[in-house]
Amino acid sequence: MGQRVLLIEDEPNIIEAISYILSKDGWTVHTHSDGETAMDKVMQSVPDLIILDVMLPGRSGYDILRDLKAQETTANVPVMMLTARGQAKDREMAIGLGATRFMTKPFSNADVLESVRALATP
Amino acid sequence: MPNRVLTGTRARNRRLDLGLRQAHVAKVVGISGSYLNLIEHNRRRIAGKLLTDLAQVLQIDAALLSDNTTDAILLPIKEAAAAFPEATVEDARAEELVSRFPGWAALVAAQRRRIAQLEERTEALSNRLAHDSQIANSLHEVISTATAIRSTASILAETPDLDREWQARFHTNIDTDSARLAQSSQALLGFLDMEMEAGDTQTVSAMEQVEARLAESAFYFSGIDAGEEIRFDDVGDPVARVILQDWASLARKDAERLPLGAFSQAAHTLAHDPARLAARFGVPLDMIFRRLAHMPTDRDHPLMGLAVCDAAGVVTFQKPVLDFRLPRSGAACPLWPLFQALTQPGRAIRRVVRLPGAAHTPFECFAVATPVGGVSFSNEPRVTATMLVRPAKNEDVPDVVGPGCRVCTVKECASRRHPSLV
Repeated sequence: MGQRVLLIEDEPNIIEAISYILSKDGWTVHTHSDGETAMDKVMQSVPDLIILDVMLPGRSGYDILRDLKAQETTANVPVMMLTARGQAKDREMAIGLGATRFMTKPFSNADVLESVRALATP
Repeated sequence: MPNRVLTGTRARNRRLDLGLRQAHVAKVVGISGSYLNLIEHNRRRIAGKLLTDLAQVLQIDAALLSDNTTDAILLPIKEAAAAFPEATVEDARAEELVSRFPGWAALVAAQRRRIAQLEERTEALSNRLAHDSQIANSLHEVISTATAIRSTASILAETPDLDREWQARFHTNIDTDSARLAQSSQALLGFLDMEMEAGDTQTVSAMEQVEARLAESAFYFSGIDAGEEIRFDDVGDPVARVILQDWASLARKDAERLPLGAFSQAAHTLAHDPARLAARFGVPLDMIFRRLAHMPTDRDHPLMGLAVCDAAGVVTFQKPVLDFRLPRSGAACPLWPLFQALTQPGRAIRRVVRLPGAAHTPFECFAVATPVGGVSFSNEPRVTATMLVRPAKNEDVPDVVGPGCRVCTVKECASRRHPSLV
């Protein structure tokens, strides 16, 4: 079984496309689409990498990121933020909160794969 | 004193440009040649009739010759130069420009002022767009859909060995997403049109100024809980100032009836249930709504928004929360509990709602309409409706309420006023 990535995103067709390309690349992909219960999902089985959308139903990706970094068990899990807003302040906010990488929509599959592979490298 | 220097120099340059002799000019304005010479060398100040006469001889507007021109024209000209540092201008000769070509100089200054006004307006419009949650949601929907299409199309194009089942699935996804993209693009255009129409009439409304000012303090002033009078004298717009003072006055009355410590503790104990809190403190529901929406952020209370409207349905106050914000321009959806409360004053309404399309968060809304002030046989009561809004628990099944008919995707809506653009 490959390394485990948890994709927290609420757009079903983005979930399907990213899951497909990552699975094909050897990753074990788990998905979740609700912001409010995202932390519960993470804590059930801490993944090796998290891809986290900013705008989620119930709770913002930034709030989830803050919680991830505050918990000892998840603080070191690399987090790649996905957002439709690519302004410098959004990037700064994500990085300031502890995101490992920040990716602006629309992105290419190649960019996603390259970033995920880079984050997985010890 | 630079002003004095300019006036004389301006007069001299102008006279030389016109090819007039000093003695001739002096004679026409009724002074000696030597006195005019002192003026032209900035050794004598001039004003009043002499300034007017001299300007007339020199065929120039007196205002352009006067000392005040320095501030009125020279400063904008220097600002214009500073705004384009890449332009090579004769910086040291700006005063000469004003004195020798006052008309052109005045035009440059006027254009600079116009540009500054337009820049301010553009920034204000940009702020409106950036902070409008409906536009943000709509834009998010467009970008997310485009992302899904791009990713899916890439898989189809770059995976020659994709099996038939996946192919069919991704084709269906692209078909659905392209329809969604068309729809969400139209919605975005609709929102932008609405904002631009609002921007044509007023760049920043009093309500927006009120919202922006209160948002700076997260809609909370500790001074109010300390019994202090909060003043907004620094707010320039008189309408915004009155709204803010009224808000502070009401918040103070609410705080007196519902002291922070006791109310905060009770809110936690009673799970922020407005009805139980109203019963516990013996106060009207609308007071509880306002108090809950105006709690300090450090006491671990859930995020809550508020909207207040008058009997005509005009929103007179709102504290946005997450995606919740009633439209700034155009009429809101009448299905919001805030407006439904108006149909039956005194009836408490609780409903869970969500916006259609891009917005995701369901909201739990509590609304009530109540008479304000005294009730008498001789006057119509003044009724206002108040609605508390907070993110709902996921187990609630929400009703859909639109942002406004023009950009609402709900079909077969009995409350629709206009056909949807989307």
